[in-house]
Amino acid sequence: MPYLEIKNLHASIGDIQILKGVNLEINKGEVHALMGPNGSGKSTLSSVIMGHPDYEVTEGDILLNGESILEMDPDERALAGLFLCFQYPVAIPGVSISNFMKKAVDARHPEGKAPAGPFLKEMREMMAYLDMDKSFANRGLNEGFSGGEKKRMEILQMMMFKPSIAIMDETDSGLDIDALQVVSKGVNKLRGPDLGLLVITHYERILTYIEPEFLHVLMEGKIVMSGGPELVKKLEENGYDWVREQVIATA
Amino acid sequence: MPEFETDSNLVQEYKYGFVTDIESDTIPKGLNEEVVAIISAKKKEPVWMLEWRLKAFRRWKKMKSPTWAYIDCPEIDFQDIHYYSAPKEPVNLADMDPELLKTFERLGIPMGEKDAMSGVAMDVVFDSVSVGTTHKEMLEELGIIFCSISEAIQEHPDLVKQYLGTVVPPGDNFYAALNSAVFTDGSFCYIPKGVTCPVELSTYFRINAADTGQFERTLIICDDNATCSYLEGCTAPARDTNQLHAAVVEIVALENSEVKYSTVQNWYAGDENGIGGIYNFVTKRGHCRGRRSKISWTQVEVGAAITWKYPSCVLEGDGSVGEFYSVAFTNNHMQADTGTKMIHVGKNTSSTIISKGISAGQSSNNYRGLVKVVEGATNARNHSICDSLLIGRDCSANTFPYIESEDDSAHLAHEATTSTISEDQLFYLKSRGLSEEDAASMVVKGFCKDVFKKLPLEFSVEAIKLLEIKLEGSIG
Repeated sequence: MPYLEIKNLHASIGDIQILKGVNLEINKGEVHALMGPNGSGKSTLSSVIMGHPDYEVTEGDILLNGESILEMDPDERALAGLFLCFQYPVAIPGVSISNFMKKAVDARHPEGKAPAGPFLKEMREMMAYLDMDKSFANRGLNEGFSGGEKKRMEILQMMMFKPSIAIMDETDSGLDIDALQVVSKGVNKLRGPDLGLLVITHYERILTYIEPEFLHVLMEGKIVMSGGPELVKKLEENGYDWVREQVIATA
Repeated sequence: MPEFETDSNLVQEYKYGFVTDIESDTIPKGLNEEVVAIISAKKKEPVWMLEWRLKAFRRWKKMKSPTWAYIDCPEIDFQDIHYYSAPKEPVNLADMDPELLKTFERLGIPMGEKDAMSGVAMDVVFDSVSVGTTHKEMLEELGIIFCSISEAIQEHPDLVKQYLGTVVPPGDNFYAALNSAVFTDGSFCYIPKGVTCPVELSTYFRINAADTGQFERTLIICDDNATCSYLEGCTAPARDTNQLHAAVVEIVALENSEVKYSTVQNWYAGDENGIGGIYNFVTKRGHCRGRRSKISWTQVEVGAAITWKYPSCVLEGDGSVGEFYSVAFTNNHMQADTGTKMIHVGKNTSSTIISKGISAGQSSNNYRGLVKVVEGATNARNHSICDSLLIGRDCSANTFPYIESEDDSAHLAHEATTSTISEDQLFYLKSRGLSEEDAASMVVKGFCKDVFKKLPLEFSVEAIKLLEIKLEGSIG
């Protein structure tokens, strides 16, 4: 049984149908990449999986560890092991990173409260790993952060929360090479038998740092092609037009 | 800044809404010169004090209650209020009525000398009388006078005569005049020259008796080069009738002295339909009389059905500094019209205003502020930040900032924002595993952080907890 199973997923925002029957299975230990042209529904898919209230699922299902999560609130989904790396993380002014992280780690702790010492030690280690200065922990969450700082903050959370399934929504957008390398280093540290990863991206670049085992192409709200790493190269060289032609030909 | 800790066991209801069953000496309802005289007699006051009260009363009779505040207040029948109520048995710390002791335990106020908080000297005003002050001896050794105003009138009449009514004159406004006529108790603090008060001075105001008005009068004098930090807290039983709390607080800061005045106001706010609650009509003003003196107001206002309150600073001494930091939370049908006045008179004076208003339910939360620079107050500076946060669709927030500058050298900056807790912020925090309430509470506390960090540390923790309790049930 796949750990995350997306079955014939249809979703809309207002009257606009965006996802038109997505099927996708991700197991723990696997890294999947999802690519597609602008407007194909990539970010919508990540928002719908996390339970954004603006989107309505009109058909199909999302199962996590065999259970439908459609009726679950975003916080319940998070505690069930889902994590979303936001493309545009919002600022929460006045809330320090250490305070926020402690609350979020507490929420995952079986007794509702994680011991402060080990928590701080772990967070400092992870921050060092991501080249984040210690003083960062006192700053307001995403408050006045640069693009690179925001993305590091997202990866830091992923490392601390230890999800079973993580979705990275265009984490590479707006990052320079240095920041991309640091972010990728963090992600690669997490790779392993306990994590299933879905990397959503517009560019192949990140996939040279985080090498996926599977690649899917999303077009007009449907996954139209799936393959292995060799597909990355093909897309890089030829763009999406040939995919579109092939889809039309087989339709 | 302490880390915020949520205690999930905290209950949402107003836990201070109980009544203490104690025999009271209450004078009949109504207000006339005889009542003023009775109050003065009960306080065993000298004649000059009675005359001062009567003069104020005669002025008050000619005045009308103010209508400019952005509040909707039913007409108050001033003849339908008891102006004095006190526990019948004489109270002192040594042999306090067990019912009273129990009350203070429930309120979380350690009144026995042995349990008294080490860093805080506490005065407690129960209805119309002070029932005791802790740490008195230690303070006396330093020459600090910290006692009830009633005691000060008897024991330190010269100081009281010299300063009472000099910051807020009896005729200042309708409620100040009323207070001057019928004030019953409050605190008196005098910090002598060069003394830094080593503990927090704190007064806890408790309304217990029904249909009683509480008329607190507090006077704080910080002499040259002296420093003190004062904190007041307030609670009242939950009743379905409204009760009036009309206080006057005066602060005098002499040369190079510093007074920090903090309030955690948690009066009963009425029920969810707006029935009952305290009318909190308060005049608080500080006078920076000496050069380089500083007065700092920090208030956390989370209670009272209607609040009308503008802690202000008159910056007369050259180089003096005034500060106002405020968090005002309103829920259900609460109404708040609160803010500050900074009057720049001396040269090189500066003031800072940070106001954070949070409205939920059907409440109305208004900031009203005046920054005034008089002619000749060269190089005055003010920086004002007034932010409003709305929770839900039925509440409202307004900002009424007034600026009057008669001097061209003034630098005045005003920033104001109104926002709602955004769906994006909530979604982001929820996607990290926080419940909707925890997420909203986190956003609100972050919003208030600049004010909370101005409170004395131990009270900052309490204030944050209190706000968390108030937020429960106001979200979603």
